[in-house]
Amino acid sequence: MEQLLAMNGDQAIAYAWKQIDPDVVAAYPITPQTIIVEAFSDYVADGQVSTEYVCAESEHSALSLCIGAAAAGARTATATASAGLAYMWEMLYIASSMRLPIVMAVANRALSGPINIHCDHDDSMGGRDAGWIQVYGENAQEAYDNSVMAFRIAEHMDVRLPMMTCLDGFITSHSLENMSLLPDDVVKKFVGEFKAIRPLLDIHNPTSYGPFDAPEFYFEHKFGQIKAMDKVIPVMREVQADFAKISGRSYDIVEPYYVDDADYVVVAAGSTAGTLRAVVDELRADGKKVGSVKMRLFRPFPAGEIAKVLEGKKAVAVMDRAISIGAAGPSFPEVRSALFDVSQRPKVVNYVYGLGGRDVGVDDVKVVFSQLMKGESKVVNYLGVRQ
Amino acid sequence: MSPTIKELSHRPAKLTEGHRLCAGCAEPVIARQVLMATDKPVIVSNATGCFEVSTSVYPFTAWDVPWIHSAFENASATIGGVEAAYKALQRKGKYKEDIRFVVFGGDGGTYDIGFQSLSGAIERGHYFLYVCFNNEAYMNTGIQRSSATMRGASTTTCPSGLCSPGKKEYPKDLTKIIIAHDIPYAAQASPHNWKDMVDKAAKGFEIGGPAFMNVVSPCPRGWRHDPSQTIEIAKLAVETCIWPLYEYERGKWRLTGESKRIAEGKKEKRPVSDWFKSQGRFRQLLTEKWASVAQDVQANVDKKWNELQDLCKE
Repeated sequence: MEQLLAMNGDQAIAYAWKQIDPDVVAAYPITPQTIIVEAFSDYVADGQVSTEYVCAESEHSALSLCIGAAAAGARTATATASAGLAYMWEMLYIASSMRLPIVMAVANRALSGPINIHCDHDDSMGGRDAGWIQVYGENAQEAYDNSVMAFRIAEHMDVRLPMMTCLDGFITSHSLENMSLLPDDVVKKFVGEFKAIRPLLDIHNPTSYGPFDAPEFYFEHKFGQIKAMDKVIPVMREVQADFAKISGRSYDIVEPYYVDDADYVVVAAGSTAGTLRAVVDELRADGKKVGSVKMRLFRPFPAGEIAKVLEGKKAVAVMDRAISIGAAGPSFPEVRSALFDVSQRPKVVNYVYGLGGRDVGVDDVKVVFSQLMKGESKVVNYLGVRQ
Repeated sequence: MSPTIKELSHRPAKLTEGHRLCAGCAEPVIARQVLMATDKPVIVSNATGCFEVSTSVYPFTAWDVPWIHSAFENASATIGGVEAAYKALQRKGKYKEDIRFVVFGGDGGTYDIGFQSLSGAIERGHYFLYVCFNNEAYMNTGIQRSSATMRGASTTTCPSGLCSPGKKEYPKDLTKIIIAHDIPYAAQASPHNWKDMVDKAAKGFEIGGPAFMNVVSPCPRGWRHDPSQTIEIAKLAVETCIWPLYEYERGKWRLTGESKRIAEGKKEKRPVSDWFKSQGRFRQLLTEKWASVAQDVQANVDKKWNELQDLCKE
């Protein structure tokens, strides 16, 4: 029996972890992720999990603890945001190079400076090259569902890579929603037992983790990560299909909305994807041929899926809640590049929006569609900024 | 009863031959002595540094026990994670072995960049033995100063020159800082006194919580001495009271080895000038120009030695 409860995104993630009961959780609190570690601490204090929960003295140590735990042979999870993720940056690469399937929730928040606690995606986008799988959830339900699926995807024997489950800070992390939760036993069965590969705790087969790697081998080890990342999309499809069977909720890698016959399409990740659908509904009621795409997966980048969905459109706007200063939003060049080889190439423009938690509502998104349809968009646009 | 040297020699080597550390490096000597001190299986975490690079060049490894190197500044957090996994899997009934956990780091990975990680791991009470190879500079990157470098030593980032004697500052007293964590066990040791070192490591392994050993580790390349002199120079560090041997066990301070005998008047305390003469990094202190620096260092060694003797009084 599914259970209906009101929860925010952070609580939903902690609840999923409670059901999964990871062996080790090591974390350091940072807004807007804090509710995850607080809620999980309650589960530990009440004996509802058998997890070894370690309160690290910093995010750098939190991820280092996770690396030690995962290498030792434990199912391991952590959570962070913003500066915390930036502080982990060095260890992100080490976790993925050791092929440790650590699951990390990221409550997306702007990076300092200036200091700001609200949502944008600059934090996780900064980790996009670190060899982690990245999925972006739209709402609390998806935050929960992604958390359950993440362990299956990261730990899959063809993958064995760490994975970030991202949710929009405050917008999703702190907003109460009606949630549909799966029973504990269904989640446990879905996720299954953790299978360690050459764990440190296997003292009879001693393994050296993290040796010095000279030019003769480094490239091949990186190539191993690249090949593993190539397996993520088929594995994620399989896991999403299995998840639909237990939950009735179907997910895809990229999720098109009224795209088939659309001329103008707007793409976004995270909570803005919901706003896009509301605007598409309104514009469709006015007879406009518009659609939207929710980009759930950013790493690996689903270039083939994006090309398939957007080929032949008149114009596409890519919305980025992040900025690579001196270039554009980080997903824009990737979407545009994915469309370079299609025979009917749409015009592709970029809208950087909502930095530092600037609210972007229905009216703002209507501006994007309107400019796109009128051909008034520049290549890179900054939505709602006072210039 | 502590084991005899014959018994120790029959224990299987956890760090085997074939590593690429320099001739005369004290680190493998210290590591072997420490690892001999337990007959339990061990898992090793290693900070980035000479010891990590030289014992693990892929596809080879000199380690016959599980070993992990993740980064420079986080060897303590990494072993904390291994120990957390151990506790969790034992609690879940999935693991039965009785394991000991040990960290090796240089003074860079311990005094400086790894200090936060070490302090946090001690405060959380992870059960592990931390061993610092104190060679008083960043030797792996080419002899740059650290907060463990002695005043008056010349390094590549505090070279002696026309206007400078070398490092201007005194080293951080890390062992005392670690003791201020109310750690169950901490000690200073030297590889010349293998029995003292093995006894201390054995206590650290069995203390049931965090333990810390700070070990003087002469470096022929960085200290500018002949590789044959490593153990003699380690001994000289103790005889000059620059590096007193002592331990702190659940609130009790105790001098050990030669340091105990010096305090009891049974052994001569040698002047720091003997130490300066033994290593090229202090060559400038033997000149008239920097004689006052040499005197300052002697005064500071005496002051610290007197303070330590007071702490170690019954």
